[in-house]
Amino acid sequence: MIQGYYPAGIKGVDADYVAVLAGNPNTGKSTVFNALTGLNQHTGNWPGKTVAHARGYYRHRGKTVIIVDLPGTYSLSANSPEEEVARDFICFGQPDVTVVIADATCLERNLNLVLQVLEITPKAVVCLNLMDEAEKKGLRLDAERLADELGIPVVPTAAHTGRGIKQLKDRIHAVALNEILPRPKPVTYGKELEAAVQQLEASLQSIYVDGISRRWLALRLLEGDPSVVEAIRQYNLAEGRQGGPCGSEYSADYRPGRRTGAGAEKAIRGRA
Amino acid sequence: MTAGRSLADLPVGAASIVMELRAVGSTRRRLLDLGFVPDTAVEAVRRSPMGDPTAYQIRGAVIALRKEDADAVLVRPI
Repeated sequence: MIQGYYPAGIKGVDADYVAVLAGNPNTGKSTVFNALTGLNQHTGNWPGKTVAHARGYYRHRGKTVIIVDLPGTYSLSANSPEEEVARDFICFGQPDVTVVIADATCLERNLNLVLQVLEITPKAVVCLNLMDEAEKKGLRLDAERLADELGIPVVPTAAHTGRGIKQLKDRIHAVALNEILPRPKPVTYGKELEAAVQQLEASLQSIYVDGISRRWLALRLLEGDPSVVEAIRQYNLAEGRQGGPCGSEYSADYRPGRRTGAGAEKAIRGRA
Repeated sequence: MTAGRSLADLPVGAASIVMELRAVGSTRRRLLDLGFVPDTAVEAVRRSPMGDPTAYQIRGAVIALRKEDADAVLVRPI
């Protein structure tokens, strides 16, 4: 796995699992990356994009872990090349764990991205970084309570001093190897939208994309996001797979560039 | 309830509350992702010499918006 269109591998490194770092800009994401990997780093560009990415690795509890540092984004809406890279990697790079770095000094604005990630994959860990800054500001954060409410592990860190990094590695390890099975609570969007989502999800049954939540896909189609369809097409091409939105009966309707697929329109009409 | 005015008209140094977004589609989504959610406090902190864009302090981050995007954000007095 993890070769081809969404490369995560590092030459000469035989990884046991792959973790990816996502997070808003200025959350100290690169500091966490440096604290995790030390000097074992490689940088480059994403294929076809002028978005830089860094990869690195470390060993922890007898396992070799590849870490992919994604560009800082406020969202996974694919409104910019950075967001598209982040979304595509979390979706199609099939990381074993997605670590969302959140700024403890302004947690609220960071939770948007956390919830977006959890719609794609339950295998996630929140790294509550800049804890020392938050404490200096007099903020008190209850990481356990947050973990309870989100349904995934939350690790407080201050990456520039190394605080919490070992615990973070432990949690990454546990989620990657399914020692912990996170159970995020899904965000619900009200009766009308949920009915449309359900209907769309049912008609997406025949689309096979491993590891991608159909609910998430249905929500993006309802949003009228054409880039997700193109991303799936590219992914399937890269995997040499027939089927999916491009090879199925959906091809005509889900062509990139159209605002909304016929399935979404039908689902919306269906509730009227 | 007072009618909202445009965030773009907020003078530097003044604060306000986000009331609603007039944008649709990806612009709306973008503004929401940046933290321009109804009932959030927002302060204009700096305007570029040419008058556009303007930097706003919102939910613990400073975000710059072009005038056309700030125009889509309706605010009310605190």
